[in-house]
Amino acid sequence: MLQIDTWKRVLIWLVVVAGLLLALPNAFYTRVEQSNDARAAIELGNDTPQMRAEAGQWPSWLPSGLVNLGLDLRGGAHLLAEVKVEDVYEVRMDAMWPEIRDALRDQRATVGTIRRQDSAPGEIRVRISQPEGMSRALQVVRELATPIQTLAGPTGTDIEVSAQGNDIVVTLSEAEKLASDDRTVRQALEIIRRRIDEVGTREPTIQRQGPQRILIQVPGIGSASELKEIIGTTAQLTFNPVVSRTTDADARVGPGEKLVPSIDEAGTFYIIEAAPVVTGEELVDAQPAFDQNGRPAVNFRFNTTGARKFGDYTLDNIGAPFAIVLDDEVISAPVIQSHIPGGSGIITGNFSVEESTNLAVLLRAGALPAGLEFLEERTIGPELGQDSIDAGKVATMVAFAAVLVFMALSYGLFGLFANVALIINIGLIFGLLSLIGATLTLPGIAGIVLTVGMAVDANVLIFERIREELKTAKGPARAIELGYEKALSAILDANITTFITAVILFAMGSGPVRGFAITLGLGILTSVFTAIFVTRLLVVIWFERRRPKMIEV
Amino acid sequence: MRLKLVPQNTSFDFFSRWKLWLGISAFMMLLAAGSFLYQGLNFGIDFRGGTTIRTESAQPVDVGVYRGALDALELGDITITEIFDPTFGPDQNVAMLRIQAQEGEEAATATMVAQVESALQGAVPDIEFVSVESVGPKVSGELIQTAVIAVVLAIGAVLVYIWLRFEWQFALGAVAALVHDVILTIGVFSELQIRFDLAIIAALLTIVGYSLNDTVVVFDRVRENLRKYKKTPLKDVLNVSINETLSRTVMTSVTTLLALISLYVLGGDVIRGFVFAMIWGVIVGTYSSVFVASAILLYLGVKRDWTKPSNTAGNQYANIDA
Repeated sequence: MLQIDTWKRVLIWLVVVAGLLLALPNAFYTRVEQSNDARAAIELGNDTPQMRAEAGQWPSWLPSGLVNLGLDLRGGAHLLAEVKVEDVYEVRMDAMWPEIRDALRDQRATVGTIRRQDSAPGEIRVRISQPEGMSRALQVVRELATPIQTLAGPTGTDIEVSAQGNDIVVTLSEAEKLASDDRTVRQALEIIRRRIDEVGTREPTIQRQGPQRILIQVPGIGSASELKEIIGTTAQLTFNPVVSRTTDADARVGPGEKLVPSIDEAGTFYIIEAAPVVTGEELVDAQPAFDQNGRPAVNFRFNTTGARKFGDYTLDNIGAPFAIVLDDEVISAPVIQSHIPGGSGIITGNFSVEESTNLAVLLRAGALPAGLEFLEERTIGPELGQDSIDAGKVATMVAFAAVLVFMALSYGLFGLFANVALIINIGLIFGLLSLIGATLTLPGIAGIVLTVGMAVDANVLIFERIREELKTAKGPARAIELGYEKALSAILDANITTFITAVILFAMGSGPVRGFAITLGLGILTSVFTAIFVTRLLVVIWFERRRPKMIEV
Repeated sequence: MRLKLVPQNTSFDFFSRWKLWLGISAFMMLLAAGSFLYQGLNFGIDFRGGTTIRTESAQPVDVGVYRGALDALELGDITITEIFDPTFGPDQNVAMLRIQAQEGEEAATATMVAQVESALQGAVPDIEFVSVESVGPKVSGELIQTAVIAVVLAIGAVLVYIWLRFEWQFALGAVAALVHDVILTIGVFSELQIRFDLAIIAALLTIVGYSLNDTVVVFDRVRENLRKYKKTPLKDVLNVSINETLSRTVMTSVTTLLALISLYVLGGDVIRGFVFAMIWGVIVGTYSSVFVASAILLYLGVKRDWTKPSNTAGNQYANIDA
């Protein structure tokens, strides 16, 4: 007969209550959000009475997890960036050149004189004057290679060396490129995160997507171009010796030298040595400041090795110009007046206050290992987000009311049971969304509305089945039991297939589509739960109290 | 006093002209495919790259003025559409600009957007950009690919699941219905030239899910009745099963449609295309579970001997107790 064990009843109610408690904070969204922010601030040491008052708006013993609002609801900026991993190959090969040069020089007797040739970025091409010595030269250069260690053991060496006529060509090996790409993207991710944290916005999403891409979503920021200014700059700071100054954009440069433009003076170019004396990696601090003329500038300090290199170089080159280069543009090229031993200095240029502040942030957070290319940019204004939330709320309410009325009209008392379950169902969806910290997007709201419509399906299946069973006149209790039993396989098959599509959507989709998949998937789980447990429990409790001889469904 | 959309006992004959219904469905699919091949879809920037800008201003939108302001910038193909919506306030005039992907740029540069903004402000001083989205050609190509893979994967997974739980004839019938629904939906989008973007793919997959939901419920009853009426011709078993589940089919479609229609009317213009796809899908999906899925089943015939092995397979969940 119709019976449900007490422990099962308790369990069902516990799940329902837990779900509703988890959903509760979302009903007081602004209040809970302020309280959460204030708590975080207090934890960081910002303990003021005002913060305490704000934190006290929501009791600490209640759950305080909220559903994150997606960019389309809150407004903000979205960027998809591809890391130009090839940039790193060039830097790596340039760094190898002195080593290769020294190794070959030691073999001058067999290989003759050596000369670096122009080559594609990411490869070194060296011409030797005695081709007979080629095999020896290759052997010497190959000895410079270091083996790559991976979890699977050694997988080869980091460089590939080959002969092309009288040239020795050195490139990174494929395995090393893969390893390097991965490192580059991970570094870039870390640095982007640090830069955004420096600016201090709430809940940014910074995720790696695929092998070379990074997805950045920052709610509340004004526009994607603002965001791009913070993360799009490589901020590669170097200090290079200046060879000469020219106004000729096509000036010839020797191997190991570079022609770079000046930031401030259009038409002025500097020829600098490609290998820097010190780089921004050796900075420990950078702060916006003002120079002695009161113009915005940036103060910096080197770590010990950086300070030593900087000190040694300034000692040896008094009177020579020295270029401060940011992302291949010369900020300034002051002449070294005296030995600078302390390892700190100041960068002056034609900065605005905002620019000097930004530059300091970028230098502190570190340089990006490679450039970024932006594949996707989206800016959503906060007003549009608010409009969408409002429209979504109204639509959900109306949809909800329409379904509730329709169910009550169609199934009477049983329809009311289904309606209670439907309300619990929505509560559970929000509870689960808050629990897993999911993000609610506009299609996500559509997913919930769709669930409202479809959630009753399981109940409809059961009620229709009970109607059918009543016709065969086995008595109401037996009819209810059979109704549940026989409808179960259809309910499960139908929902599992829909769930499969939700899972595929989640796996393949991104952004808003994923938000839709989450609410749809969770909606299926909760609606099956409420239909086969909650409504059943309600029906059984009612049946036990009333013991009706006849029921109408 | 109960609201009954479908009388208690129905005995409609759904299959007296099943060949005709299959023919009509096939014809509709051809028509949809023809429209798709002839007109093509009105792809949003997700799929073909470019920039969309949503503008808002207190002044009524005059597309000619907007276009005049932008012509000087020579940005190539620009579409300007005014958007109307009942949820807008009295002086909320919204337009959507779509600018083609620019030569040599992955995503739109800030300078291009700034140029457009200042050009438009020259013509309409209080204009504001509520949202700016731009997608590079590299990503948009991949997005199409992933979308197609997602739809194919979903249909494939469903084929396997139904094959395991029922028989291969059922799986084929269900998948034929799904393909029917997807093609008809794409056909409607190409015929009406509604913007087809990533969210529509989500809608397509939901249609797949919903249509399947319906088909599976009918099939579940067919399987049960095949066991019950061992000697009855398949056509009659199908008819009985569909009549028995008709009340449920209509109820669920109506509740879902009630929810979707309120979203269509009140949910704002941003998701209107998405909701339209789903409304269409629910209607087509309900039709196809009877007139395509079951008709295919009738055409293929089915194994009638549902003895032991499949008997337990069909009832493996029946012992779960609340």
